Amino acid sequence: MPAVSKGDGMRGLAVFISDIRNCKSKEAEIKRINKELANIRSKFKGDKALDGYSKKKYVCKLLFIFLLGHDIDFGHMEAVNLLSSNKYTEKQIGYLFISVLVNSNSELIRLINNAIKNDLASRNPTFMCLALHCIANVGSREMAEAFAGEIPRILVAGDTMDSVKQSAALCLLRLYKTSPDLVHMGEWTSRVVHLLNDQHMGVVTAAISLITCLSQKNPEEFKTCISLAVSRLSRIVSSASTDLQDYTYYFVPAPWLSVKLLRLLQCYPPPEDGAVKGRLVECLETILNKAQEPPKSKKVQHSNAKNAILFEAISLIIHYDSEPNLLVRACNQLGQFLQHRETNLRYLALESMCTLASSEFSHEAVKTHIETVINALKTERDVSVRQRAADLLYAMCDRSNAKQIVAEMLSYLETADYSIREEIVLKVAILAEKYAVDYSWYVDTILNLIRIAGDYVSEEVWYRVIQIVINRDDVQGYAAKTVFEALQAPACHENMVKVGGYILGEFGNLIAGDPRSSPLVQFNLLHSKFHLCSVPTRALLLSAYIKFINLFPETKSTIQEVLRSDSQIRNSDVELQQRAVEYLKLSSIASTDVLATVLEEMPPFPERESSILAKLKKKKGPGAVSVSELEDGKKEAGSEINGGGGAESAAAASNASTPSPSADLLGLRSGAAGIGSATGAGSLLVDVFSESGTAATASSGTDENFLSSTPSSALGSEDPAPALPESDELLHKFVCKNNGVLFENHLLQIGIKSEYRQNLGRMYLFFGNKTSMQFIGFSTTVTCPGELQSQLNIQTKPVEPLVEGGAQVQQVLNIECLSDFTEAPLLNIRFRYGGTLQNITLKLPITINKFFQPTEMASQDFFQRWKQLSQPQQEAQKIFKATHPMDSEVLKGKLLGLGTALLENVDPNPENFVCAGVIQTKALQVGCLLRLEPNAQAQMYRLTLRSSKESVSKRLCELVAEQF
Amino acid sequence: MQFMLLFSRQGKLRLQKWYVPLSDKEKKKITRELVQTVLARKPKMCSFLEWRDLKIVYKRYASLYFCCAIEDQDNELITLEIIHRYVELLDKYFGSVCELDIIFNFEKAYFILDEFLLGGEAQETSKKNVLKAIEQADLLQEVRMTCCEQWGEI
Repeated sequence: MPAVSKGDGMRGLAVFISDIRNCKSKEAEIKRINKELANIRSKFKGDKALDGYSKKKYVCKLLFIFLLGHDIDFGHMEAVNLLSSNKYTEKQIGYLFISVLVNSNSELIRLINNAIKNDLASRNPTFMCLALHCIANVGSREMAEAFAGEIPRILVAGDTMDSVKQSAALCLLRLYKTSPDLVHMGEWTSRVVHLLNDQHMGVVTAAISLITCLSQKNPEEFKTCISLAVSRLSRIVSSASTDLQDYTYYFVPAPWLSVKLLRLLQCYPPPEDGAVKGRLVECLETILNKAQEPPKSKKVQHSNAKNAILFEAISLIIHYDSEPNLLVRACNQLGQFLQHRETNLRYLALESMCTLASSEFSHEAVKTHIETVINALKTERDVSVRQRAADLLYAMCDRSNAKQIVAEMLSYLETADYSIREEIVLKVAILAEKYAVDYSWYVDTILNLIRIAGDYVSEEVWYRVIQIVINRDDVQGYAAKTVFEALQAPACHENMVKVGGYILGEFGNLIAGDPRSSPLVQFNLLHSKFHLCSVPTRALLLSAYIKFINLFPETKSTIQEVLRSDSQIRNSDVELQQRAVEYLKLSSIASTDVLATVLEEMPPFPERESSILAKLKKKKGPGAVSVSELEDGKKEAGSEINGGGGAESAAAASNASTPSPSADLLGLRSGAAGIGSATGAGSLLVDVFSESGTAATASSGTDENFLSSTPSSALGSEDPAPALPESDELLHKFVCKNNGVLFENHLLQIGIKSEYRQNLGRMYLFFGNKTSMQFIGFSTTVTCPGELQSQLNIQTKPVEPLVEGGAQVQQVLNIECLSDFTEAPLLNIRFRYGGTLQNITLKLPITINKFFQPTEMASQDFFQRWKQLSQPQQEAQKIFKATHPMDSEVLKGKLLGLGTALLENVDPNPENFVCAGVIQTKALQVGCLLRLEPNAQAQMYRLTLRSSKESVSKRLCELVAEQF
Repeated sequence: MQFMLLFSRQGKLRLQKWYVPLSDKEKKKITRELVQTVLARKPKMCSFLEWRDLKIVYKRYASLYFCCAIEDQDNELITLEIIHRYVELLDKYFGSVCELDIIFNFEKAYFILDEFLLGGEAQETSKKNVLKAIEQADLLQEVRMTCCEQWGEI
């Protein structure tokens, strides 16, 4: 037989792959794989030593199985053996296996590193390259430790082959990215930089990636690369397409190297040396000129390679932002691309123009393309291109074209893809506010937004319009009139009702003179929407009603009638019921003066950065930032209209979402008082809890709430769900252990880790998003119901409101046990998943036994104490059936897990268990003794607990009895 | 470049190369998500898309999708040509390459890629030089394996 042909190396492998391909079902495939794995395992374990070829073949099969997505837990050793083979292909497969199935076993790593060391020292360039590829593919810290010193030497040594240099350069780059502290160029720096001058284009291509990365971190040390890069670039740009032989790609000389050179130059400001700078500008001009020349080939590869260089050159021009001439030329070039037939080019042109729009030199030039961009927004068939167009419109917007752009974006919104609606809404809201000259336009725009895309208008947006209206008295009458008209639409969005309720409640008097919008008409209009709205909006409307009573005494009896109706005053929702009751009382007992003071018009909001802008910045990088940067310079005094909300505004604006008291609604502006009355506790305690995200605070008006995008305010209004029925069972699972999964459904998994010392504890909650979609408005609240409040102190910080698909967020609870307790704290979790609100309440597994200190004592002491605790109320006893097998080792484990000391040789009956411990609380310590008597025949237990406190004995007895 | 994936129109992964350290679980998740996203796109759409904080550059050749993830400052068009050059290399090596070549000779596809790209960066863009390196290795292959195979061992 002749020598093997290409790729026909291993017949057994080919047969196996065919078999897999012929499998009709997943099951058949798994069966075939398992058979193969068994075969390979037996071959590896067998007595007969395998020859190199067989080993290679089996290792290759394992690799194939792994790449199919199955787990492989053996074969590493055989692969490592292949590394020391002197047959190239065996070595090669060995290295491939190691690179793909990286293993952290330290013994294995030692062996691998040894083999690599040998190959690096072999002076055989093919072996050296294999070893370097392996290091570059694995790139682990261990490898960096072993080789980061050696590779720079190989890279610059005079006798190193070109191919080895190339691998060494990129290998070093990979190690530098993983372990920058281990890679020191030091004395080699200048020789590495001079690789830019290397004769071999491949060496330059590889080395420049390393140099670029190093320059970003140490620009000073590598500064000499600028002039070398410019001259290299200049030689390439001016070369004829045939000069560079195989480095010419579809008539474009060295496109990859050119792009990398232009990229390297972007690590630095424009060259200081005039000659270098002149040469570079020449290069850039040549590149721009070439774009105008007729193409040398019709192939898309030709134009892609050419344009890749052009776009990179434009990036450099934008980076320098100092050559007006080049900037404008770049802009014109991109303008041509905006109408190119290649979608890719249109996409890139829109993207690149976005950055050009933020340069003062090219901003005006970009603006001339407005019609084309608007057209792109309307006609592009690919949503990702439309998205770029929207970004660019946003970036090119200024006072001169704001009205046009906002109008276009609004009309686009009606048909926009759902995926980008929210972002467009934010952008429109920001532009409308930023460039509002007359505020009636602003109000119209936002109301239009709500009308067109109400579902996508976040809280921030409608909060903002209210802030602005409240702060500017010249627009209040107009706002009241417009919102009144908007509410007359038969079906209007709930967000419109919110804005309407708020504005009419404050400024309805400004339009009350017109009989068509008399107080009663206004009220009836609002109230006609009431029954269609969610609880938070209804709560807001109730507040608007009480404000009406103050504004228009003539509506008092009508409104009181509404408040008095059963559907309000006996509403099943406590918040609504409380508001109805309190407002009704207030309206009947308070004098007009008091009423007028309490329900006074909202004071202006203090100035603050727009929360919408913050939200957009968070959501999206470049577009948002460029506008704000641009505007920083051009801001006019008058354009800063509006402020944000301070504590009082927060309290007022979040009234809709405050499940706590009514105090803040009434404009008394005392956030603290509100909390106080909610918790009904002293202010000290309130302070403690104000950090802890308990029910009182999560929704209270701490000054962030209104403006910050913490969605707790967005969601906070719905009451926490009652604890799940299974939450007691879940709680019992954790009595004897501290770690594990507390809860899991198809969306969410909650894991717990906890530790306790004396009367203190720390609990880590891990919330895992099991889906591939984001959880929005994720918030958690820990509450201590009833008297638990004074027994347990739990502090925590709020979690990030956004949980990415597949991601996990962690929350830490600090727990202090003040005195003994019986109830469990509640954990409420809320988030939106695909638009629906999830609301889950669980019991947190913090039980009194967690604060046990084990107490060792001799038999005699035990019985002495046992007798001391002989009053009937000190003892709790239970006789119950075993629900688990009565294995004594398991029982011991559980009793130890309880936190007590398990006392040996105390009970005369060796079958019985006796434990002792002291419960540590801040207020007092409670000594506890426990006796558990199993009766194997009857499958029953008798459990007896004695402690100095009745409640403790009782609670422990309940908890422990559930464990066996 | 952060990673490169080759997958079929049916969504079967044919080659995966990761240039950043990720757990197996994460790799599987990314693959699943991206394959779905890319397969859902229509033929005439643009070859670039934003995905998480990365830019995805993809192109379809016959039944295979080649898909690269690059970072914000990386050049989309040159990445598209990296894909094309890799396809040319495969084509030249296998002689009008098809999906089956890559399935049955997956190890070769990896070796060729390693000669062309290393650590996510272009190492050698000359087609001649890359193929020279690979062919040298092939010359080193032993003749003896044919006799082993005759025993019909798998």
